[in-house]
Amino acid sequence: MLLTGKVLKYGDNINTDVIIPGKYTKTLDLNILTTHVMEDLDPFFRRKLRPGDFVVAGRNFGCGSSREQAPVALKHAGVSCIAAISFARIFYRNAVNIGLPLIECDTSLIDEGDILEYSLGGSQLRNITRNSILTLIPLPQIMIEILKEGGLVPFIRSRKGYTVQS
Amino acid sequence: MNGGTGKTAAEKVLSEKSGSDARSDTIVIASVDYLMASDTTAPMAIEAFSAMGGERVFDASKIAFVIDHASPPPNQTIANLHIMMRSFAARQGIRLYEAGEGICHQLLLESGALSEGDLVLGADSHTCTYGALGVMAAGVGSTDLAAAMLTGRSWFKVPRTMKIILEGILPNVSSAKDIVLALIGKLGCDGATYRSVEFHGKTLDALSFSDKATIANMVSEMGGKNCFICDSSASVVSDSNAVFEEVVVVDVSNIRPMLACPHSVDNVLPVSELAGKRIDQVFLGSCTNGRLEDLRVAASILRGRRVAPGIRFYVNPASQKVFLQALEEGILQTLAEAGAVFLPPGCGPCVGTHNGIPGDGEVVVSTTNRNFRGRMGNNKALIYLASPATAAASALMGEITDPGTLEGASCC
Repeated sequence: MLLTGKVLKYGDNINTDVIIPGKYTKTLDLNILTTHVMEDLDPFFRRKLRPGDFVVAGRNFGCGSSREQAPVALKHAGVSCIAAISFARIFYRNAVNIGLPLIECDTSLIDEGDILEYSLGGSQLRNITRNSILTLIPLPQIMIEILKEGGLVPFIRSRKGYTVQS
Repeated sequence: MNGGTGKTAAEKVLSEKSGSDARSDTIVIASVDYLMASDTTAPMAIEAFSAMGGERVFDASKIAFVIDHASPPPNQTIANLHIMMRSFAARQGIRLYEAGEGICHQLLLESGALSEGDLVLGADSHTCTYGALGVMAAGVGSTDLAAAMLTGRSWFKVPRTMKIILEGILPNVSSAKDIVLALIGKLGCDGATYRSVEFHGKTLDALSFSDKATIANMVSEMGGKNCFICDSSASVVSDSNAVFEEVVVVDVSNIRPMLACPHSVDNVLPVSELAGKRIDQVFLGSCTNGRLEDLRVAASILRGRRVAPGIRFYVNPASQKVFLQALEEGILQTLAEAGAVFLPPGCGPCVGTHNGIPGDGEVVVSTTNRNFRGRMGNNKALIYLASPATAAASALMGEITDPGTLEGASCC
């Protein structure tokens, strides 16, 4: 799967409370999550975002709460992939589990508005705007397999459990 | 990281539960001993469980649901999510803790359901609190929890271990919260990302179980996966030749009361540097500092006194058990006479669901674990995290106050 999109860039330690505030998480209505995604960090996030765009950030993206509503809200709003220098561990698992691809790489060379291209499971991120290639820290094999199935729900449903040893 | 022959506590637990030689950085699939979800995470987990084709959970006696994040429910949408949890729990035979019984982590610490060496997943980031019991416990999201409810297993990247040695005698105005805030200030909020964090050292033996739970709870705020409190009574401990990624030694004898300032838990300063700053609200409670010992400290500072005019002082015992013990000891009366308003046991004020959302520009001193922008429900409020003693002293004076500066301070 080839992902292509424009960059919306943010800083370090983007926590799950600013991705989706706790007061909006008690719902199964994805539209409520989407309405409020990132609003405490960037009130214009929804207006800037086009389907397929990449969110790019610094260190420790997704720190804080275990709320899966955070990656769900970003994915449902149209984000196709998140690239960061590092991720907080629960967010990292949650994003993969719901089928939202993540990239760990040196994002200092990526700017707001750049166009990125990434082939899911690949080891490189292409910055089309700057005509440059960034090398990624690879995901563990089990995460690539979960992503290729579209998330942990289809993974478990089709394999009837954890059948992969890697 | 696999050069040593010995194993860390995390490698030992994951080896036993996976039936393999689990070493850091490898991936294992391991059996879980207990699972927990709250009303923030259980509804999505129930949906994911069904979508996976789940009919029966792997073992209902090893699962708990807790209604605590929005309890009692502030609106009909959430009341209906609670019905969904009750109905699933009843159908499956899962233990459900009702609204107001307590905060999930406090209830599980009290429950007797967890044993040293267990592997536990909780759909809440502060699940690492059970490290105080020697349990390897990690926070996960709803879908991971659903898969574990169905299969009784989960996949784990075996974490590298950070060893933190606490030495020295803590000054009596300082507390376990001040130790862990100082530590997070030093390590940074991603200082232990994906690490198993082991606490060692003689200082631990002078701390209460409640103190150890406070320290284990805040490991989440340095990015850790789980915690082990390796005091002299612990039996799940690392081998002497285990490989640690990092060893940090902390002399607690210099630790003063500390504050985490807006809007990050690692933005830590001594209370004395902000002393005198006007405040609007004080919150005493949460899975971090809502235990009997915490209420006791506040009562000792406020006995026979009254909080400053105009200060809202909200107190939230972490469970019904804590509430009843505080009632028996006269703590509730002391605090109420000092002007405290009691909230039902739960997470609402900390996570910003309901019960005490601050107004624009207001300053809150809180004994909770996070002060991110918007955390308490208003992105224009300023949250300072502190110990129960600092919170009570600040409520009393109406401004940020080092408890050591109060007259006759012998609080902690």
